Amino acid sequence: MNISITVNGKIHTHDIEPRVSLAQFLRENLDLTGTHIGCDTSGCGACTVTLDGAAVKSCTVLAVQADGGEITTIEGLANGDEMHPIQAAFKENHGLQCGFCTPGMVMTAVDILKNNPDPTETEIRHGLEGNFCRCTGYHNIVKSIQHAAEQMKG
Amino acid sequence: MIPAKFEYIKASSVGEAIDLLEKHGFDAKIVSGGHSLIPAMKLRLATPEVLIDIRGIAEINTITEEGNELVVGANCTHHELTINPLVKEHVNVLAQAAKCIGDIQVRNRGTLGGSLAHADPASDYPATVLACDATIVVQGKSGSRTIAATDFFQGLFTTALGEDEIITAVRFPKVTKGTYQKFFQSASRFAVVGVAAVKDGDGVKIGVTGVAGVPYRATVAENAYDGGSSCAVHAVDGVDDIMSDHFADEEYRSHLAKVYVKRALEAL
Repeated sequence: MNISITVNGKIHTHDIEPRVSLAQFLRENLDLTGTHIGCDTSGCGACTVTLDGAAVKSCTVLAVQADGGEITTIEGLANGDEMHPIQAAFKENHGLQCGFCTPGMVMTAVDILKNNPDPTETEIRHGLEGNFCRCTGYHNIVKSIQHAAEQMKG
Repeated sequence: MIPAKFEYIKASSVGEAIDLLEKHGFDAKIVSGGHSLIPAMKLRLATPEVLIDIRGIAEINTITEEGNELVVGANCTHHELTINPLVKEHVNVLAQAAKCIGDIQVRNRGTLGGSLAHADPASDYPATVLACDATIVVQGKSGSRTIAATDFFQGLFTTALGEDEIITAVRFPKVTKGTYQKFFQSASRFAVVGVAAVKDGDGVKIGVTGVAGVPYRATVAENAYDGGSSCAVHAVDGVDDIMSDHFADEEYRSHLAKVYVKRALEAL
């Protein structure tokens, strides 16, 4: 069926099967491979993107369900060559080890800070319950989000 | 993992969704957030031929005060229930339970109605709707009816919802004081044990999820309530279908039920 989804500010119209996940659509139809598929069972959070401003696991949303919606992926976060403050904070604080979980961590951080601009360390750790880092590099990820929160407060 | 092929239809009203459900019968499934159904479809545990999406139906996405009740639309997401001022003020125990579900991303998609209709014995809402004496409002071809929470849950993934019916709302009597206490399964975040306790005059109403195949009211403990928490020893009295799995066997789960009823009563 035909769907029109705005991804990173650009409208994309495609004819797809209803059983295609949003993650698959982003990666295979739009070549936006920054959205990673880890567990493919809504556990790991690597596939997190925002749909109408809210973080979702794109492996568990059908692309047809997102028809008419606005998606931001990791590729759409930066402002041209200028990294988003959360991206910059992950770089600054070495908030990654192998990097596989990073796009999902960053996109979840967008949601955490949208709803709670001044989170405590505990709130950040709870906010990341749906995102797994198999390198176990959580400490610097949390530090990165704390740093980003400070930067974004100005 | 890719689901089996299906036809996808977006319903624009409750009436249209019911017509579609009647037309396609057993071959159809209702989807809103889809956070139980889509994983099941990817594993091909569920293979509906038609998916009827009710997510866009605004008429069941509202939270309103009606006298002494709060009427919560079936389409409200878990996240909405954690932040809505009316829920926080009048049925805070519901906001507490919603906050315990899954993670941010799951709470942004999953819905109250979807979770109740799915009736996972380890889900969080049953304890709360039971303790609140809420009523489930459903609509089908023959009109609308209400089902008391105590009649709604009938077995593992089994409810009193008719084949041609969908949940449209849940009516919660306002709660003066309530609490939800949960022992999380550490990987899935589902409830090994979840206990909702709500003040009822001088008494208490206690809903328990995760422990038995059917979520239940701990009536023996309720009747023995004396204002303290000693009645928690009766948390599983009269319950004959206590679950046992590799996370928690029957003995451990029964023990946890007593501990969490005690914690809930102490938190009231």
